[in-house]
Amino acid sequence: MASTAEKYKSDGSLAGNALEWVDARFPAMALYKEHLSEYYAPKNFNFWYFFGSLALLVLVNQIVTGIFLVMHYKPDAALNASGVPVAFASVEYIMRDVPLGWIIRYMHSTGASAFFVVVYLHMFRGMLYGSYRKPRELIWLFGIGIFLCLMAEAFFGYLLPWGQMSFWGAQVIVNLFSAIPIVGPDLSVFIRGDFVVSDATLNRFFSFHVIAIPLVLLGLVAAHLIALHEVGSNNPDGVEIKKHKNEKGIPLDGIPFHPYYTVKDMVGVVVFLMVFTVVICFMPEFGGYFLEWNNFIPADPLKTPPHIAPVWYFTPFYSLLRAVTYPFLGIDAKFWGVVAMGGGVVIMAFLPWLDRSAAKSIRYRGKIYKTMLAIWVVGFMLLGFLGTKPPSYAFFGVIPGAPVAQILSVYYFLYFITMPWWSKADKCKPEPERVTG
Amino acid sequence: MKKLLFALLLAPLFAWANGPELHLDKAPDKSGDMAALQNGAKYFVNYCLGCHSASYMRYNRLKDIGLSEEQIKDNLLFTAEKTGELIRIGMQREDAKVWFGAAPPDLTLIARSRASEFGTGPDWLYTYLRGFYRDAERPSGWNNTVFANVGMPHVLWELQGEQVMGENHELTLAKPGKLKPEEYDAAVADLVAFLKYMGEPVSELRKTLGWIVLAALAALFVLTYALKREYWKDVH
Amino acid sequence: MSCDEKVDCGRRRLLVATAAAGGVAGVAAAVPFLASMAPSERAKSAGAPVEADISKLAPGQMMTVEWRGKPVWIIHRTKEMLDSLQKTDPLVSDPKSERKQQPEYAQNEYRSIKPEYMVVVGICTHLGCSPSEKFKTGAESGVTPDWAGGFLCPCHGSTFDLAGRVYKSKPAPDNLEVPPHMYLGDAKILIGEDKKGA
Repeated sequence: MASTAEKYKSDGSLAGNALEWVDARFPAMALYKEHLSEYYAPKNFNFWYFFGSLALLVLVNQIVTGIFLVMHYKPDAALNASGVPVAFASVEYIMRDVPLGWIIRYMHSTGASAFFVVVYLHMFRGMLYGSYRKPRELIWLFGIGIFLCLMAEAFFGYLLPWGQMSFWGAQVIVNLFSAIPIVGPDLSVFIRGDFVVSDATLNRFFSFHVIAIPLVLLGLVAAHLIALHEVGSNNPDGVEIKKHKNEKGIPLDGIPFHPYYTVKDMVGVVVFLMVFTVVICFMPEFGGYFLEWNNFIPADPLKTPPHIAPVWYFTPFYSLLRAVTYPFLGIDAKFWGVVAMGGGVVIMAFLPWLDRSAAKSIRYRGKIYKTMLAIWVVGFMLLGFLGTKPPSYAFFGVIPGAPVAQILSVYYFLYFITMPWWSKADKCKPEPERVTG
Repeated sequence: MKKLLFALLLAPLFAWANGPELHLDKAPDKSGDMAALQNGAKYFVNYCLGCHSASYMRYNRLKDIGLSEEQIKDNLLFTAEKTGELIRIGMQREDAKVWFGAAPPDLTLIARSRASEFGTGPDWLYTYLRGFYRDAERPSGWNNTVFANVGMPHVLWELQGEQVMGENHELTLAKPGKLKPEEYDAAVADLVAFLKYMGEPVSELRKTLGWIVLAALAALFVLTYALKREYWKDVH
Repeated sequence: MSCDEKVDCGRRRLLVATAAAGGVAGVAAAVPFLASMAPSERAKSAGAPVEADISKLAPGQMMTVEWRGKPVWIIHRTKEMLDSLQKTDPLVSDPKSERKQQPEYAQNEYRSIKPEYMVVVGICTHLGCSPSEKFKTGAESGVTPDWAGGFLCPCHGSTFDLAGRVYKSKPAPDNLEVPPHMYLGDAKILIGEDKKGA
């Protein structure tokens, strides 16, 4: 497509000549047209469509702040002259001694949580409007890949401050691998590079966090966008705008991404930045959810904090892990808990083939889908909430949390597994030919 | 149906934390009160710095709370030679472990790490430093209401006096100290304010900065929103 | 920017205003990142002034103290050494120390506060090597047969006299730098700070 586009002709100005020179050697104009000025997006995007561009913004924020944090951070578990691990002290060094380093650190720590906020909303948008359905299955799969990378990135990154929660969180998660039959115990030693989480672990996690995962992540983001621009964006009505084109081949319900959605997304970006600023400047710990209180204590391999919970964005999956308490097929429950946690993410990848509904968008779907999805979302949030609490937690002090989490976990999986039947049985309203409003 | 879903969505908000309650007294907010912070710094240096370091802080950072380089040098510099040095202690961690059962923790971040679902870090510290009572069963002779079987003896006992735990789980002052109870509470409040300051020296600056950034973003919002409206008037 | 009929002037103005405001915001956002690359409080603390005790420094001897990670030489010059500076006057490229390689109080014949004590940063002004002392004079020094005593940089052969002045036609462009310093009594020098800074 890019090669067939017309080459740029200079208007005689210096800038024009420079652009012509470049465009003759690099498909600058073709790329610009294909992805911005002549990428036709449906004109009926709503609020939910801000989160894709916001995810990209947060990604840039994490990369830029990350680059500057690496200039000052030291992945070293050895004790310094004050008897504190060097890694932990280097984070406080950034917070205190590096000029304005605290802003960069809070941008990074808040950005990590913000990433999951926008990505969860972005994924929910896909579920609302059936954005994963044919012909967009591959966009969804790349997206799941991005989500997995983000989880890995967050997990590796969380060890780096080398606080109590960093240490014990990593300890618990790495020990999950020891649940795998036969190879498990050796595998978890191999992952740590030591018999406990140690300096070796810290260094390899640092390497994964700053180099390996970001490279994969960037590749997947590029693939996600290329696939999107190949098939075109879905919209809140879930109808294909490419079905109705004018004589020039432009979709009747499409508008060029640039300038229309660039100016619209800018508004979204400004609003997002306001929320982001409020968190960074007024509540950087966010009540202990973005920066956990126990993580202000240096890692101590001899003393576990009384209650360890993962950071909030992992807690729904952590609840799935804890929900499994029965051994099965002669393998103990720990292993199946790990399977449940991994399966909870992986099963989402099958969504494009599980959904057999006649309509894509929730606007035209029937009662069954709406009810099932609503319960699933509430269940997911409750699982997340319960994941932040100790297993002994009870709602209002009377309804025990653990069985609730088990029921919700079963529903979580049943929602996907039984979807082919109930989504087909659902009574959908007829989809319109063209987008509405 | 929608109402029910809404109620379900809000359910996590109404779900109370349970487990053992910890009642904490609210620490008076003295952030930005230079006299209180300086007084707190004085107590910190005189009573805490013997055993506890503040090893992420540099002495000259205390210019934040209105002290001059000279004042820092003359009044506070016990464990270092230069004002740019970190606030360390001479005690060896190994010795400390033997003496107290555990090395006294560094106090730079104590006001942040002691936060919990029951209250802020300063609340905990304010309650803790006022909650020591005589307990003959402890090796140090002291126990505490919020930190059961604490290793640290009550270093401020000369100021507060000696409290004892009554049958009704109430503390009573058995032997008065140098300060009246109100004066002691005020002194502890100053010390806690200083510890809070040390936990995050930029906390006041970041709030000020926050308002400025928000004002700028509000202006940017007006502009971008107007621009969006301007372009989108063509879209029908 | 002219407004003709083809261009919507209101839109153009709004676009320019938004771009300008966005640009300002972008520049402001860059501030923390650029600021974070400046020396930190730790670096400043390590670079704080250092005291040197010169009571045991015999005439003709030199001592080195570290300031900001750089060697600072203190040379106790003898009468002969001071006299040699007149001999080297015509041989050095900036005999009157006109270029700003020293504080004002050291811009004199001897490039020092007290003539007998030379305080100078031992870093060659060419590419940052540390010159070695060649106090012996004449052929014995191994530099030149008529060598008057001074320093030779091992990297590219720049030579300096006993006031740190660079010889003509050598790679180094400038005299050795004299750091800010002051006397705290007769036998103590504070390097890195002078009266102005205090």
